Amino acid sequence: MRQPVIDIRDIAFAWKQGPQVLDIPAFRVDAGERVFLRGPSGSGKSTLLGLIAGVLAPQSGSIHVLGEDMSALSPSRRDRLRADHVGVIFQMFNLVPYLSVTGNVLLPLRFSPARRKAAGNDAEGEARRLLARLGLEDEQLLKRRVSDLSVGQQQRVAAARALIGAPKLIIADEPTSALDADARDRFIALLSEEVTRTGASLLFVSHDASLASLFTRAVDLAAINRAMNRAGAAA
Amino acid sequence: MSALLSLAWASLLNRKGSVILTIVAVALSVALFLGVEKARSGAREGFGNTISGTDLIVGAPTGSVNLLLYSVFRMGGATAEVSWPTYQKIAAREDVAWTVPIALGDSHRGYRVMGTNLDYFEHYKFGGGQQLGFAQGKPFDDLFDAVIGSEVARELGYTLDTPVTLSHGLGAADLGSGHENRPFRITGILKPTGTPVDRTVHVSLEAITAIHVGWETGAKNPLADTIPEEMIRSFDLTPKTVTAIFVGLERKGTILTTRRAINTNRGEPLMAIIPGEALAELWNVTSVAERALLAVSAFVIAVGLVSILTSILTSLNERRREMSILRATGARPHHIFLLLVFESGLVGFLGAVLGIALIHGLIAVLAPLLQAQYGVAFSMGAPGLVDLAVLGAVTAASLVIGAIPALTAMRRSLADGLSVRL
Repeated sequence: MRQPVIDIRDIAFAWKQGPQVLDIPAFRVDAGERVFLRGPSGSGKSTLLGLIAGVLAPQSGSIHVLGEDMSALSPSRRDRLRADHVGVIFQMFNLVPYLSVTGNVLLPLRFSPARRKAAGNDAEGEARRLLARLGLEDEQLLKRRVSDLSVGQQQRVAAARALIGAPKLIIADEPTSALDADARDRFIALLSEEVTRTGASLLFVSHDASLASLFTRAVDLAAINRAMNRAGAAA
Repeated sequence: MSALLSLAWASLLNRKGSVILTIVAVALSVALFLGVEKARSGAREGFGNTISGTDLIVGAPTGSVNLLLYSVFRMGGATAEVSWPTYQKIAAREDVAWTVPIALGDSHRGYRVMGTNLDYFEHYKFGGGQQLGFAQGKPFDDLFDAVIGSEVARELGYTLDTPVTLSHGLGAADLGSGHENRPFRITGILKPTGTPVDRTVHVSLEAITAIHVGWETGAKNPLADTIPEEMIRSFDLTPKTVTAIFVGLERKGTILTTRRAINTNRGEPLMAIIPGEALAELWNVTSVAERALLAVSAFVIAVGLVSILTSILTSLNERRREMSILRATGARPHHIFLLLVFESGLVGFLGAVLGIALIHGLIAVLAPLLQAQYGVAFSMGAPGLVDLAVLGAVTAASLVIGAIPALTAMRRSLADGLSVRL
């Protein structure tokens, strides 16, 4: 059996004084899988990603990421695990406005010696290679301020940043919702290709069910989250 | 560490406009503080440089600061004088190497007139032992000769042989001077010294006596001006009194015993002061005002530092997203903290550097003017220990102050997690 990258058991999570948002008996992502997690907005997707990334902690249950029990780790160890092994892509506004395109791609290396090492001696060259594979090779383009790039270009820069230094898990939170259909499909294809090449696992979250076929496995958050079902039943 | 420092630098560059304004605010406050400090130390140095080589100053009993002020700095006036026989007694003492008697009380167009003898040009020293030098001409020789300081010459446009008349007392030039019928001839102009000597008209002691013939009652006798000059010259013009005496000793070691001997003089009461000691006493008096000034300018620096705080705090809201991105890409909370602390520290550091450059530039440009106009000598030259200390203190304070927004941002980024809020 392959080592699970994400292994969730019986977790429950509620924001302070709020209703329960997540109650998931089991969810797992294996190494090399590209999993599509579908859920409408407000279904607790971002909360689940926060738990997996280790910035939130569940009230009960266990989350293992890359074999590490997140609830047993200190916040700073969880931060280090994320810095070393997890790449994150947001829906939009992914980039630090005052850094160049390559500066943004190289950002994770500032915080993680492990990824700095994995990126090799020529980190700048590695950043350019990643950008080129994602279709951003124009020298002029790389010199522009990141805020002057199109949304699609920004998302590809964010993908390169998530991929640099070979993290084992890429989390993408609605990365294509601001893109048109053409750009969206191309983005997913490029991202999948790179993830496959580096051997990372991908957890791709979106409300758009039509994307499910582009991944190795699709999971409906509503189906695994009992908190949702209860809320739905109550409504 | 350096990764964060370069990140902080990039972030500051991105907000150039407001950051430069903040840097300028800090720079101005630092320049003000250093300006006050340099004026203060310059004034002290200037005062300290005014008299040198004189072991004791002797005058009628008064406050030691007062005696110092009127005899050396031409400020204020004497309430009593020292009689000529007493002066001669002091001059004749075995432990006394030289004496310079001075007589003050008259003026010329706002500049003090000082009667003295030729020993003055030999023994009066300033600025660590420099002797008075003549830019033009020579010491007074005739009864009605005068030697003027460089500022008197420059401001009044006097050259050698210009006739000048003196005024009785320290009144303004045109209030019926009193000595207008006894004109003097300028025989010498001294080199600039940066001391009150520059603002003094020097004449002989005998000249002081001569112009006061007919003033024996304290006011001018209406007939005083009718006495012809030849007749005055034939009088015994030995002064009756002098205002103060500069004394040089044979051996420095006897300074305390000589002072004690003069202070306990039987007969006419006298007072002898050591210039350095009286100066120290003067600093005690002025240090209250100095400290108040320094405190005010230190508060201005505090205002400058608060402007750093304000600029960073107001930027935090729009940077919430940036913090989330940094967290998502692996920044730990202490990275967020350090990033903002570094930004604050960089602004403080750059502000202090700019402020130091500013004040040194200003001094380089304005020092000659200030020296000429107000006699305040600013110490020129490369930035010194004070500048370094201010640089260090301002940088440290801005790092500390940066902890406030840094803590806020750190807490927020923990609460926000990866959910990037708009």
